[in-house]
Amino acid sequence: MAVAETEITRKVVERASSGARTKDLLFRASLLLCLFVAVLFLGVLIVDVAIDGVPLITPDFLTNFPSRLFPEDSGIRPALIGTLYLMLLCAAFIVPIGVAAAVYLEEYADPNRWYNRLIEVNIQNLASVPSVVYGILGLAFIVRGPIDIWGLGEGSPTLLAGALTLGLLVLPVVIIVSREAIRAVPPSIREGSLALGATKWQTIWKMVLPGSVAGIATGVILALSRAIGETAPLILVGAIAFRLTDPTIDGQFSALPIAIFQAAGEPRPEFQILAAGAIVVLLAVLLLMNSVAIFLRNRYEQKW
Amino acid sequence: MDDGQEHSARAGSGSAVPSLTRVRTRRSAGEQAIKGLLACAAVLSVLTTTGIVITLITESSKFFGEVPFGDFFFGRDWEPLAGGNSQSFGVAPLIWSTLYLTLIALIVAIPLGLGVGVYLAEYATPRVRKIFKPIVELLAGIPTIVFGYFALTFFTPLLKDQLGIDLQVFNGLSGGIILGILVLPTIASVSEDAMSAVPQSLREGAFGLGAAKWQVVVRVVFPAALSGIVAALVLGASRAIGETVVILVASGNNPNLTFDLTVAHQNMAAFIANVARSDVSAGSVAYATIFAVGTTLFVMTFLLNLVAIRFVRKYRQVYE
Repeated sequence: MAVAETEITRKVVERASSGARTKDLLFRASLLLCLFVAVLFLGVLIVDVAIDGVPLITPDFLTNFPSRLFPEDSGIRPALIGTLYLMLLCAAFIVPIGVAAAVYLEEYADPNRWYNRLIEVNIQNLASVPSVVYGILGLAFIVRGPIDIWGLGEGSPTLLAGALTLGLLVLPVVIIVSREAIRAVPPSIREGSLALGATKWQTIWKMVLPGSVAGIATGVILALSRAIGETAPLILVGAIAFRLTDPTIDGQFSALPIAIFQAAGEPRPEFQILAAGAIVVLLAVLLLMNSVAIFLRNRYEQKW
Repeated sequence: MDDGQEHSARAGSGSAVPSLTRVRTRRSAGEQAIKGLLACAAVLSVLTTTGIVITLITESSKFFGEVPFGDFFFGRDWEPLAGGNSQSFGVAPLIWSTLYLTLIALIVAIPLGLGVGVYLAEYATPRVRKIFKPIVELLAGIPTIVFGYFALTFFTPLLKDQLGIDLQVFNGLSGGIILGILVLPTIASVSEDAMSAVPQSLREGAFGLGAAKWQVVVRVVFPAALSGIVAALVLGASRAIGETVVILVASGNNPNLTFDLTVAHQNMAAFIANVARSDVSAGSVAYATIFAVGTTLFVMTFLLNLVAIRFVRKYRQVYE
């Protein structure tokens, strides 16, 4: 009898909810459609760029200087070298400063003090300032302005100015991710170290930082991959696509996004397609960096 | 707590009564110096903001020394790069094109982004999530110049040739839609976070009352995560307003005070980049427009970000 009763209840419930079930199905289907469209765009974008760009990738394309006359001789050498330089200089700038700021905010700062709260809100805000505004800062403040480092550029754009501008742009990312990594080190580690007589700084240097190095490295790589993909700040700072010598730190420079931008704006299709080649190289560099980040995270991440 | 290692002075030198005041040792002085250095690094971020604000204010004031306020904000002709007397500085078309392109982007990105966010937060099994979340993040990691190239060389021809829309080579439609795809991951991941933060008990309560899954999502989870979702939309809008290269590459070099999307549109960021790469001489009024427009853009995104931060904080407070 009990069985019969549940059977009946089940039927009643099913009948009542069959409308709801169709709606459920429709809702689910439309969500899947959204996901499908997003993935489709990504797929089409990558396939389109790969079809145009991959055949262009030859050793000559990587090592030749750009040419305005012969698309088949044109290469991205200065842009590629420029991007690698930018990445190194940018790393040299953001790693010490970003990590130091993160350590201060996590380990020293009293969050109830107004100035520490100001710093936090400020970093959150900086993370979403448009990149072109950083470009304006780089142009007016670093290239032409008060901190034209050691008068290097004398008002003209230099690779160092570009690297500093990109560094300021991604510094908030480094700080935010490093803070999370530092926060993930459990307090017991610090307490143990302090109890053994280590000073606060010894604790940080010998216990906290080694324990969070995987997370910090991931954050730095993420930040650098954002930095080398940026175009707008470099346009503002004055990077140029046509350079017929290798870039130097204190001279004019090119970079991959600038080369892509320049080629994409070409009216001649045989030159425009060179952009796809440069995009493939840029995406390959980014993919490599992200693989390194994933490797570091899996290999060195501390489980407490 | 904070200074465990400096707990007490090493009892005063030789005096009978142990002193309770801190004695500065070399060690503690070193520790203080390190703290100071670290604080300097953190202060650099504040200096960055200060630098931006000072730059924008001083350089824009030069601009407004030459061009009256009213002409800039209320004029309707934007020809800052024209020669001689035909120069005019009414920023309205530029602001219109910026907001209009942002609107198009949001029309694309809000349904798609929220759809992806809801699916990943509420429907996806852990395995599906593990596959698709990185894909959405991948979309977020692609440099914007790549989207610009894609819009110009693939999407515009697609709309024109396959769908038969009568588009100019540089047009607002293609740029706006691709801009939407660009901000989709921002909206998807922030809204997903917000919905994942809604406690399971709310869902269980609704299921217990007999609600279907879609009803739980739409009537319980969605409203509960509303402040986070609003934050996602505002952040998305702020990214779309400030985006440069997609519009610069795909939508051309002049703003248009029109609803027509088949013609060129230029947003504020693209204008700034365009002036910077043209050979306008530093010190001219045309050059100074970079900073006047930059200030306008900075203020708009700054306000949006403040709103977004407020909303994010609200949902974190409620459920964490």
